[in-house]
Amino acid sequence: MIPELGHFALILALLMALVLAVFPMVGSLNNTPGWVAVARPAAFGQFTFLLIAFACLVNAFLVNDFSVTYVAQHGNTKLPNIYKVSAVWGAHEGSLLLWAFILGGWTLAVALFARSLPDEMLGRVLSVMGMVSIGFLSFMLFTSNPFARTFPVPTEGRDLNPLLQDFGLAIHPPMLYMGYVGLSVAFSFAIAALIGGKLDTSWARWSRPWTTVAWVFLTIGITLGSWWAYYELGWGGWWFWDPVENASFMPWLVATALIHSLAVTEKRGAFKRWTVLLALLAFSLSLLGTFLVRSGVLTSVHSFAADPARGLYILVFLCIVIGGSLALYAWRAPDVSSGGSFNVLSRETLLLGNNLLLVVITAFILLGTLAPLIYDALGWGKISVGFPWFNTMFIIFTPFLVLLMGLGPLTRWKHHDAADLLRQFRIALLVSICAGVLAALPVFKEGSAYAGLAVMLSVWLVTTLFLSLRRRLSYRRGVAAILKDFSARGSGSYYGMLLAHFGVAVFTIGVTFVTLYDIEKDIRMAPGEEVELAGYTFRFDGVESVPGPNYQADRGTIRVFRQDREITTLTPEKRTYLVQTKPMTEAGIDAGFTRDIYVSLGEALGGGSWSLRLYYKPFVRWIWLGGILIALGGILAAFDKRYRLAVNRKVMASPATPKDKLATQGQT
Amino acid sequence: MTPKRRNRIILIVLMIAGVGIATGFALKAFNENLMFFYQPSQVIAGEAPAGRLIRVGGLVTTGSVQRQPDGLTVQFALTDNIETIRIQYTGILPDLFREGQGIIARGRLGDDRIFIAEEVLAKHDENYMPPEVADALKAAHEKGVSETGAAGTTP
Repeated sequence: MIPELGHFALILALLMALVLAVFPMVGSLNNTPGWVAVARPAAFGQFTFLLIAFACLVNAFLVNDFSVTYVAQHGNTKLPNIYKVSAVWGAHEGSLLLWAFILGGWTLAVALFARSLPDEMLGRVLSVMGMVSIGFLSFMLFTSNPFARTFPVPTEGRDLNPLLQDFGLAIHPPMLYMGYVGLSVAFSFAIAALIGGKLDTSWARWSRPWTTVAWVFLTIGITLGSWWAYYELGWGGWWFWDPVENASFMPWLVATALIHSLAVTEKRGAFKRWTVLLALLAFSLSLLGTFLVRSGVLTSVHSFAADPARGLYILVFLCIVIGGSLALYAWRAPDVSSGGSFNVLSRETLLLGNNLLLVVITAFILLGTLAPLIYDALGWGKISVGFPWFNTMFIIFTPFLVLLMGLGPLTRWKHHDAADLLRQFRIALLVSICAGVLAALPVFKEGSAYAGLAVMLSVWLVTTLFLSLRRRLSYRRGVAAILKDFSARGSGSYYGMLLAHFGVAVFTIGVTFVTLYDIEKDIRMAPGEEVELAGYTFRFDGVESVPGPNYQADRGTIRVFRQDREITTLTPEKRTYLVQTKPMTEAGIDAGFTRDIYVSLGEALGGGSWSLRLYYKPFVRWIWLGGILIALGGILAAFDKRYRLAVNRKVMASPATPKDKLATQGQT
Repeated sequence: MTPKRRNRIILIVLMIAGVGIATGFALKAFNENLMFFYQPSQVIAGEAPAGRLIRVGGLVTTGSVQRQPDGLTVQFALTDNIETIRIQYTGILPDLFREGQGIIARGRLGDDRIFIAEEVLAKHDENYMPPEVADALKAAHEKGVSETGAAGTTP
C-alpha cells in the first residue's frame, strides 16, 4: 500500500510541476498577477509530494518490502540501516528520485528565500525549474518507476553493491546532486532574465549566492568522490579521468568560471552575455553528466547495466534543454547592453582570461570524454583516451590559471598601471621564483622541474594573497578596526576568495607531490616476512578470517616500523559479501599530514602468503584539504552580509559564523 | 584607430594566440594518447599494431589462468569465441577478475604475440559487460552464425 502511495505522490508531483511550469510563465507574459502567484504554492506542493514519495521509498527499504522490484534488487534484511537508506540512491531509479527530490528542494528554497525578487521574476524562475522537473519526473514515471512491484515476492533482497556500502559513498551522491541540481537555479535565473530582457546587476546579485552554494556542494561532492575512490577502490588513486568523474568535473569548471564572471557582472556590469552563456552551459553539462552516468554508453566504474530507451530519453531531453536555451539566448542576447568598458590591464581582463582558460579546459575534457562516442558513431574504431592525455592537457593550462589567480585580487577594476602592478608584485615574484628554483634543485628530495613549478605557483598564490590581505588591512588601523573588517559588507566574499584560492595552492602541492613522489610496490609476502619501502619497514603477520555483519573478511595484519620504532598496525581486508558474493578490498591506511601509508590485500597465493600492494603517498591529504578549503571559501562567500537581505531571515537567525561573533565582540 | 580600440585588438590577438598554441599542443598529445580497442580475432588477424598502447577485451577463458613462481605474474587467455590470445600481467588483479568474466586489458602487443598488460579492468557489477566486449562478442557471434550458415548450404 505504501509504495502505491509513493507512486501516486510522484504522479501528483508531476502534475504540480506542470502547474508550476505553465501558470506563472503564462501569467508573467500576459500580466496576470493571479497566475504568477501560483508559483509559490505550486513549488511548495511539488516538494511535499516528492517528500512523500521519497519517504515511501526509504520506508520500503527500512521494512524490507521486497515486493518492490527496486528494493528487491538493492536491499537486504542484513544491510545496516544507514546503508538501507543510502541504497535508495544506490542505483538508477532511486537516484533519479533523489535528483527530482533535490530539485524540488531547491525550487522550494528559491520560493521561500528569494523574497527580494520581484514576483514576475520569481514566477519565471520557478516556472523554468518546474519545466526541468517535468522532464525528470516524466522520465521516472514512464521509464524507471522506483515503485514498480514484482511478483512472486522474493524472500530476500539481492543486496546493495558492496562498493556502495561505505559512509563516504552514502553521502557522495546527495552532495553531488545538490551541486548538479543547484546549477539549475543559476540556469533558471538566466532563462528568466533572458525572457524578461532584464540582464542587469541585480540579476547577477540574485543569482550569485545560489550559484555559489551549488558550486560548494559540487566541490564537496567531487572531493568526497575522490577520497572514496582512494580508500575504497584499493588502487591508491584519487582521480582516474573516468568519464563519470569528468562529467562532474566539467560542470564544476564552468560553474567556477560562472561565479567569477557573475562577480564581474555584479560589480562592473560587464560580461553579461558571457555570464548568461556560462549559466546555460553549466547546467547543460550537469545534465550531460546525468546522461553519461545513466545511459551506460561509456565504460566507466560508475556505469551499470545499460538501457538504450532511457539513454534515448535523456538524450532527447538534453537536446530540448540545451537547444531551447541556446535558441532563446541567440534570440534575446543581442538586445543585452554591453556593460562597463575596461582596459587591457585590469581585473576584468584577468578574470576574462581565467574564464577563457576554464572553458578551454572544459572543452578539452569534453573532447576526451566524448571522443570514444564520436569515433564509434563515425565508424572510426573503438577508442579510449588515455589518462596521460588528460594530465598533459591539465599541466599545459593550469599554470596560467594559477598565475592569473595570483594577479587578479591585487589588480584594480577598469585599469591598472603596468609599472605600479609590477612594483606591487615584485616581492611575490621574487619569493616564488626562489622557492621554485629551490624545490627544483636536489636539496629537497630528488627535485624535478615539475616540483619546482608547483612550488613556485603555490608560493606565488600564497604570497599574492598575503599582499592582497595586507593592502586591505592597511586601511584599518588597530585591532578593533581589523576585526570590524571581518564583519563588513562584502568581506565574506573577500575572505571566501582568500580561503578558496589558498585551497588551490594546497591542492596544487598535494597533487604534484603525490604524483611525482609516490612509491608503489606489488609484492608477494609470507607471514613474518619484512620488506622496506621509502624508509619504512612493513612486516606481514598473516591473514585471519573475521566475520562482519553481512560479509566475511580476510583481515591481514601489517606492522609498520621506522628505524625500529613501530608506527602503526594496518589491517587491510578482503571482504566477501554474502549475498552478492563479491570480493571487496578494504585498504589499510595510516593517514598523516605529510604522507599516507597505504596497504591493500591482493590474493591468497597458498601457504599463508598473499600478494600485497604497498604505497607511500606523500602529501596526498593535501588534495582533499585543498578541496575542503575551497568549499569553505565558497560558504563564506555565499553568506556574505550583502546577500542577507536576498537570503532569508532564517539564515540570519541561524548560528552566526565565528567571524561574526568575533566581530561583535570587537565592537562592544 | 583609437588607443582603446588598439588595446582591445591586442588583447583579443593575445588571447587567440595563447589559446591557439595551447590547443595545438593538446591536440597533438590527443593523437598520441588515443588507444584503439581490438578484439582477439583482430589481434590474430594482425590488425593490431605491435608496440603501441592499445586495449583488448573479451572473456577470460576458463581454466587458462596460470600463475608464475614469483606469485605476481599471471598469464591467461582472452577470447572473443573465435580466436584466443594470451595475456601476461604482473601485479594484483582487480577483485572481480574471474575466469569466464568479461575484461578489458590495456597494454602493448609483444613481438611473440603475447599481450603485455599494464592494467586489467574488470567491472564492479558482475552483470555488467563493458560495451566494447559486448559488441565484440556479438560481432563474433554473428560472424560465426553466418559462417556456419554458409557451410550448411554447401552440400
